[in-house]
Amino acid sequence: MAHGHKLEIFRGLWKFKSNTQKIWGVLAFLTFITAIEVGLGIAKPRIFTHNYFLGMKLLNWIFIILTIVKAYYIAWDFMHLRDEKSSVRRAIVWTPVFLVSYLIFIMLFEADYIYNVYHSGFIKWNF
Amino acid sequence: MDSTVTTGTEENVWGGGNQPLGVSYGKLMMWFFIVSDALTFSGFLAAYGFSRFKFADTWPIADEVFTHVPFFHGNYPMYYVAFMTFILIMSSVTMVLAVDAGHKLQRNKVTWYMFFTIIGGIIFVGSQAWEWKTFIKGDFGALETKGGRILQFVDANSGERLALKDFSETIPSERVNHERNKGIWYYGETALPSYSLNEVVQGVKANDNVLIRTEVINDEGHKTLLTREETIEKLNDAVLVVEGANLIRNEYGSRLFADFFFFITGFHGFHVVTGILINLIIFFNVLLGTYEKRGHYEMVEKVGLYWHFVDLVWVFVFTFFYLV
Repeated sequence: MAHGHKLEIFRGLWKFKSNTQKIWGVLAFLTFITAIEVGLGIAKPRIFTHNYFLGMKLLNWIFIILTIVKAYYIAWDFMHLRDEKSSVRRAIVWTPVFLVSYLIFIMLFEADYIYNVYHSGFIKWNF
Repeated sequence: MDSTVTTGTEENVWGGGNQPLGVSYGKLMMWFFIVSDALTFSGFLAAYGFSRFKFADTWPIADEVFTHVPFFHGNYPMYYVAFMTFILIMSSVTMVLAVDAGHKLQRNKVTWYMFFTIIGGIIFVGSQAWEWKTFIKGDFGALETKGGRILQFVDANSGERLALKDFSETIPSERVNHERNKGIWYYGETALPSYSLNEVVQGVKANDNVLIRTEVINDEGHKTLLTREETIEKLNDAVLVVEGANLIRNEYGSRLFADFFFFITGFHGFHVVTGILINLIIFFNVLLGTYEKRGHYEMVEKVGLYWHFVDLVWVFVFTFFYLV
C-alpha cells in the first residue's frame, strides 16, 4: 500500500529515499548475486568442487544458499512481504518451508539408499 | 469483574468486517494460490533431486548440455540462461514499478511499466522455446547400449566432442524410413537418424582418433573416457543411434534428464505464458481506465504477485537445472 513502505534492506545497512529507489537497489543486488553464481559455475574453483560438507560439494552449497538469498529478496521486496503484517508473512513462509524441507529430506534420503543399491547390488546396470 | 464487562472494542472485534491480517480478500487468496503452487513446483524439483541422487555418478553435466547462444557458434555454457534469468528479474522490476505507480494512481506510468513487463515475458518465453528447439535437435549425437547407457564421442587429439557426422562412414543400405503408406496402415516409424548404427560403428573403427566417453563421472567431475581398445570393445554393446532428445531417450545421458527438463521448464514456461495473458488483460483494463474508476490499482498488485512468483520459481529452476 502507499503507506508504510519499509525502505531499508540488509537490516538497515542500506537505506533508500523512496520505494522506487529501493526496487532498483534490490535489482542491483540480485544481478550481482546472479553474476557471482554464473561466474562460479563457469570457473568451478577447485577449493569448492573438491571439498564436501554433509556429502555435498561446497560449490553446490554456495549456489543453494545464494538462491535462497535471492528468493528472500524477491519475496520480501518485490512481493512486498516486508510491508505485510508478521502474521501473514509467517503463514506464507513457514508453511512451505516446513513441508518442503520434510519432502526434500525423505526424497533425498530414499534416493541415496537406491543409489547404494544400484552401486553395490548384484545387478549389472551398465551393459 | 472487569472480564465480564463488554467493551466497545470487543464488539468491533467480533462484529465482522475485520481484516486481522491487514490484507484484502483477493490478495490473500492470491497468496494461498501461490503457496499451493510453490508446493507443486517443490514436488517437481524434489522428484528431480530424487532421480538425480539415484543416478548421482552418471547424471549429465548441465554445462556440457546448454552451451548455445543464438546467432553465435561455439561453446558458451550458461551465458544464455543467465541472460534469460536477468530478463525475468528485469520484468519483475518493471512489474513492481507498475504496482508502485498504481499506488500513486499514475495511470500513464502503470501502462508503460505493464507494457515492458509483458515484453520481458515474451522475450523469456521466446528464449525458452529456442532453448527447447536446440535441446530437441541435439548437436553431437550418440549411441545407446543394450542397457540404455549413452556413449558419446571425443577426439583423442584435441579432447573436443565429436559429432557423428565428423567420423561416420557412408555405407549404402536398403534400409529406408518405414512410413504408414508402405505396408500396414497403422504401422510406421518416426524419422530415422542421419546415420545407421553400422555406419557409426564402422566410422569409429576406421578413425583412430575417436574415443568413447561414458556417462560415468570421475573424481575430477568429468565424464570418463575409454581407451582406444575399450572403445572398440564397447561398440559391441551399442544398439541404437540417438540424435537430440525426446521423451524416451536423449543423447545427453540419463533418460530422466530430458524428461525432467521438458516437464519442469515446460510447466514453468506454461506459468509464464499464463502470466503474460493475465498481464495483458490487466494492461488493457488499465488502458480502459477500469482501475482509475475503481479508485485503486489492487488488481495490478495481485497479478504482480503472480508474476514475481514465476520469477521466484525460475530462480530455483535455474539453480537446480543449470548450476548445481
